Amino acid sequence: MFCLTTVVFALVFLFPLYWMFAGGLKSPQEIIQIPPTLLPSHPHPGNYSTAWSEADMGRLLWNTTFYAGGALAFQLVFDVGAAYAFSKLRPALGGVILFGMMATLMIPTSVLALPTYLTANSLPFVHWSLLNTPWVIWLPSVASNAFSIVLLKRFFDSIPAELLAAASIDGAGPLRALWSVVLPMSRPILGVVSIFAVVNVWKDFLWPLLVLTNTADQTINIGLFQLSVGLPENILIAALAIASIPTIVFFLIFQRNIMSGLTAGSLKG
Amino acid sequence: MLRTINVAAVTGYEARASARSRRRRAPLGRRLRAHGTGYLFILGAAICFALFSWYPMVREVIMSFQKTNFAGNTAWVGLENYRHIFADPSFWAAWRMSALFTLFALVLGYLVPFLTAVVLNELRHARAYFRLLVYLPVMMPPVAAAFLWRWFYRADGSGLFNQTLSALQLPSVQWLQSSHALAVLCLVIFSTWANMGSSVLIYLAALQGVPGELYEASEIDGAGVLKRIWHVTVPQMRLILSLMLMLQVVSTMQVFLEPYVITGGANGTTSVVYQIYDYAFSFNNYGDASALGIVLLLVLMGFAAVYLKLARPVEEV
Repeated sequence: MFCLTTVVFALVFLFPLYWMFAGGLKSPQEIIQIPPTLLPSHPHPGNYSTAWSEADMGRLLWNTTFYAGGALAFQLVFDVGAAYAFSKLRPALGGVILFGMMATLMIPTSVLALPTYLTANSLPFVHWSLLNTPWVIWLPSVASNAFSIVLLKRFFDSIPAELLAAASIDGAGPLRALWSVVLPMSRPILGVVSIFAVVNVWKDFLWPLLVLTNTADQTINIGLFQLSVGLPENILIAALAIASIPTIVFFLIFQRNIMSGLTAGSLKG
Repeated sequence: MLRTINVAAVTGYEARASARSRRRRAPLGRRLRAHGTGYLFILGAAICFALFSWYPMVREVIMSFQKTNFAGNTAWVGLENYRHIFADPSFWAAWRMSALFTLFALVLGYLVPFLTAVVLNELRHARAYFRLLVYLPVMMPPVAAAFLWRWFYRADGSGLFNQTLSALQLPSVQWLQSSHALAVLCLVIFSTWANMGSSVLIYLAALQGVPGELYEASEIDGAGVLKRIWHVTVPQMRLILSLMLMLQVVSTMQVFLEPYVITGGANGTTSVVYQIYDYAFSFNNYGDASALGIVLLLVLMGFAAVYLKLARPVEEV
């Protein structure tokens, strides 16, 4: 049983990745050879540097990191603020606004892609176009992650009101209470929300495909998709391998936190 | 859906809490100031939602009743767009493709992660390493994974699958080009490989919650592995299984990346969301695209409603 599982898992999940890294080392002739070689007979590490420069992988990876980081910052600030207000400050009609935000969870993002694209292309009243700017990723990412607000609000609800009352007696305003009392207690849920924010930007395809038409501004997904047409097979495979390395390494380092965060988030949700 | 259950639960809590606070009223001035601070905290998120969620939703509904010409002028056309897409053969082809994809994904993408989790749960050691392996594809950028599999599916000698077949002296297969059903199946297999990690993780976490005594009891009663799974594991995980089923149907009905990147819509693999994209950006027909979007929204909400109706009795257990 154990041996069988090991073989099947290695074949299904490890071998495709191995084949990708090995394929990136093969020459154009070797990569289409029948029968295929299990190990590259004359490794061409140069493929990887060609892919790096031809496909401009450095810029694509940096763009994606920049978008993900910004989306993370905006979501943390806006979502934490909103969830804190819904949970503790409770302004009039706060429940209605929260309901409006949660109702968006029922609407598939793919249905809203077109009108959201038109709105981002020409904002109401001011008629600015956000296309090909980082804002077009950052601001809509807040609206597409209502789930994070729900998670944060439910966590804040579990923080006893007495703690905040004590802070208020000591003269702390709402912002100070949030910063010094609520946030230090909320580290686990902040981790979960951060993972969602970064992963969503990293994996999103349809939205950046519509709004990042400028080659210099594209994410790794869109860049790979556009560049795939002109690249020889072995260089493209090397580019795929390079594109996969950062997230896989990141995952291997932080896997414990990521896995526990993901399961906690999805089960609680 | 899981999320919709929350809506009811959280708003119920909200209503009770506000009723409680209404009984003890603070002076008006302090109350106004407190409300003001509250709104200030909500402002950032509310602007984002208004611009990129609430307003587009209204606009989607309006646009589905309008026609936009090349000069950008809009005219009210009533149900014309809906009539037009219902008469379009590609509309029905797109629904058939999405339905077939969902059907195959129910057999493969739903069953395989659950069985994988059950098998992993039976293992005594190295479970964490297997969990890591299953999750690796999820961490790849989706387009990189899709291109990798497009390469595997290549019909000529350079595809991994055909290379394997020819090494075994078997004839090669036109994976994506021959039959429509086979092409959709290939997309589902890729999709399952790329996405099953997160489902396996959730099932594994849920399996930890199944009390061990139940297994011991069934073992004493002489139940085999299959019977144990069917009579103990499945009933214990009924709630999470039905939730995942619902979430999966909603997400597979919206499949876009797989056909767009791997087949480019060839061989009848244009899905519903792909068709929306085509209407909007290939034909610049925003009216038809919006109308199809509304139809998709209604269908998905129908699924959610049926699910809620079926799930309610389970919830109360």
